[in-house]
Amino acid sequence: MSSNIYDFSSLTGSIHSWLSGLMSSGWVIFSEMVLVGLVFLLMYALIGLFLVYLERKVCAIMQNRVGPNRVGKWGLLQTIADLIKLLLKELIPIRKSDALLFNLAPFIVIICSFLAMAALPYAKGLQAIDFNIGVFYVMAVSSLSVVGILLAGWSSNSKYSLIGAMRSGAQIVSYELSVGLSLLAIVVFTGSMQLSTIIESQANGWWIFKGHIPAFISFIIFLIASTAEINRGPFDLAEAESELTAGFHTEYSGIKFAFFFLAEYMNMFIVAALGATVFLGGWMPFHVGNWEGFNLIMDYIPSVVWFFSKTFFLILIIMWFKWTFPRLRIDQLLTLEWKYLLPISLLNIVVIAFIVLMGWHF
Amino acid sequence: MSEEIIKDVIVGENEDYIINMGPQHPSTHGVLRLEVCLKGETVKYLTPHVGYIHRGIEKMCEANTYQQLIHLTDRMDYLSAHMNNEAVCMIVEDALQVEVPERVKYIRTILDELNRLASHQLWWCAFGMDLGALTSFFYGLRDREHILDIFEESFGSRLLHSFVMPGGLMHDVHPNFQKRIKDFIKYFRTKLPEYDQLLTGNVIFQNRAKGIGMMSRETAIGFGVTGPSGRGSNFSCDVRKIAPYGAYDKVQFNEILETGCDVFARYKVRMAEMWESLSILEQLVDNIPEGDFTAKMKPIIKLPAGEYFRRVETARGELAVYVVSDGNKSPYRMKFRTPNFSNLFVMNEIASGYKIADLIAISGSLDLVIPDIDR
Repeated sequence: MSSNIYDFSSLTGSIHSWLSGLMSSGWVIFSEMVLVGLVFLLMYALIGLFLVYLERKVCAIMQNRVGPNRVGKWGLLQTIADLIKLLLKELIPIRKSDALLFNLAPFIVIICSFLAMAALPYAKGLQAIDFNIGVFYVMAVSSLSVVGILLAGWSSNSKYSLIGAMRSGAQIVSYELSVGLSLLAIVVFTGSMQLSTIIESQANGWWIFKGHIPAFISFIIFLIASTAEINRGPFDLAEAESELTAGFHTEYSGIKFAFFFLAEYMNMFIVAALGATVFLGGWMPFHVGNWEGFNLIMDYIPSVVWFFSKTFFLILIIMWFKWTFPRLRIDQLLTLEWKYLLPISLLNIVVIAFIVLMGWHF
Repeated sequence: MSEEIIKDVIVGENEDYIINMGPQHPSTHGVLRLEVCLKGETVKYLTPHVGYIHRGIEKMCEANTYQQLIHLTDRMDYLSAHMNNEAVCMIVEDALQVEVPERVKYIRTILDELNRLASHQLWWCAFGMDLGALTSFFYGLRDREHILDIFEESFGSRLLHSFVMPGGLMHDVHPNFQKRIKDFIKYFRTKLPEYDQLLTGNVIFQNRAKGIGMMSRETAIGFGVTGPSGRGSNFSCDVRKIAPYGAYDKVQFNEILETGCDVFARYKVRMAEMWESLSILEQLVDNIPEGDFTAKMKPIIKLPAGEYFRRVETARGELAVYVVSDGNKSPYRMKFRTPNFSNLFVMNEIASGYKIADLIAISGSLDLVIPDIDR
């Protein structure tokens, strides 16, 4: 890289050396974990609240409305006011529900999205843990949230919730395959599951550009399948408010409902961030061949801006889906996955493996 | 006997997965309760339960004069308020053999069509929302607002305008009436294609709507399903054609018939009816004759003893009104044959065997208004 002025590793390194001067190495690791945890907690809440606000504004624009505009400038404080309202609301206990599982389910869902956030690279040198199996870890952790959804549906002792949970189980289990296979395409190109290696490999061009048509197909499949995996429209069958009132979280109220709500938006952020990292180069700036001047200007945009603009671009696409399309039916949903997306992804993987073997990619 | 029934219900409950859709459910558009028996996601059978918003309108009519009971009929099918009013007014005019001025007939017909348009727009909003396309809701409401503004300017109310009175109208229309309707026609002709772009051509929408809720012509006739729902099954039942009233005999229009028999056919009928309503409005709006806005009526209306019957085409089907008068100033018995009541009970016939998501689409395609079922 020609420019390292925005490298976060110098900042994190200086914090580490400052802490090392103060206490022994065991305490350093402990206090760093606490620090990172607090930062993630804050980031989680802020991004979640902002995404809720963004969704309301985006859908308002698509529907010829103004959207929230009363609380704060341009309604920016609206979601914070909503959160305070949800915090103060009564938690209604459900008769004949399984109290332990009922209370546990929102935490499982929110912890899953929390865990996935830890492995994402937010900027150059800004990544909590750089696993050597990063892609696999994010996939594995985010697919655990189906357990929370199933538990929520089962323990609510409500028929609507149960149908929602059943749908959600079928949906997430099937679409997990396509998400995994489409990510595998890039793993085959890079030869590594480590997210930092995948990003470094895109220094001279993002995979969506240099991976020929198969990478583009994987990107499209990833977008569709991940939209389904996070239960968002047009695949929001698990909560389908016109059919099942609110699906698996019908019986939840107050902050427990807010947990589901926040986790849904953070899952959207996670899949968008993963897509941006794997297909669109993560925090890598946009470079074109040997246009030295252009590439230099691109380098001056901080890597964190690159990461978040790509992520929010994908989020806007996912929101655009939701506010344009009607909802699919459960059998159509499964047909789409098992009869179309899965065979295409499998074929795609074979083609990519062939390309890599012949050395045809850049 | 009663014990047997209770036992049956309990046994049924143990065997089947019964889910109560409503009376508080976002997709029943009101307080309708559908007792749905499911097998997995598939509907085995369903039983509609009505009566949650029963207000005894028929009985209340017996205690009110004919001018007063107009205001009760608004509250049956609140989206076809004008047609409901007109049916009662025409009965009174028939009974007293009053000839209403031509101007009144034209204005009434224009209002009929405006009301039908507003109703179909709201149906389109809600139907899109039932299928999960939330954006369609705001597109439809945006255009419906223009019609409600026309209503508001002329009658002061937007939804329940008891503007029609026995013998004519409450008062004359606003001077802007014609100009605003012409503006609206021009505006809506550019906006209606947007509806098709957003929903009709969408591949997900077509997959959801095609081939479900099959209602054969025989079923439609057998259950008395009228209006656009019946015409989607090729059942010619348009009262405007069969027995023209108002100024319908003076305009050229087609009765829309579809042979698809499914949800999509009913959808297409309503979309085509919107175009047809625009063309009817266009033919009428320039030709409103000058004259009085009401015929001479006595302050106290007493219908001669006897039985009177009249039917009109509301936005949802055939509304028939039957009055028995004993010569007093209020009716002895009043009976409304409301379209939604018949349209509702075909649900079990056409929704069994389809998925629960289809059930929502089917009930949306019948365009039910619950207060009209219960009265």
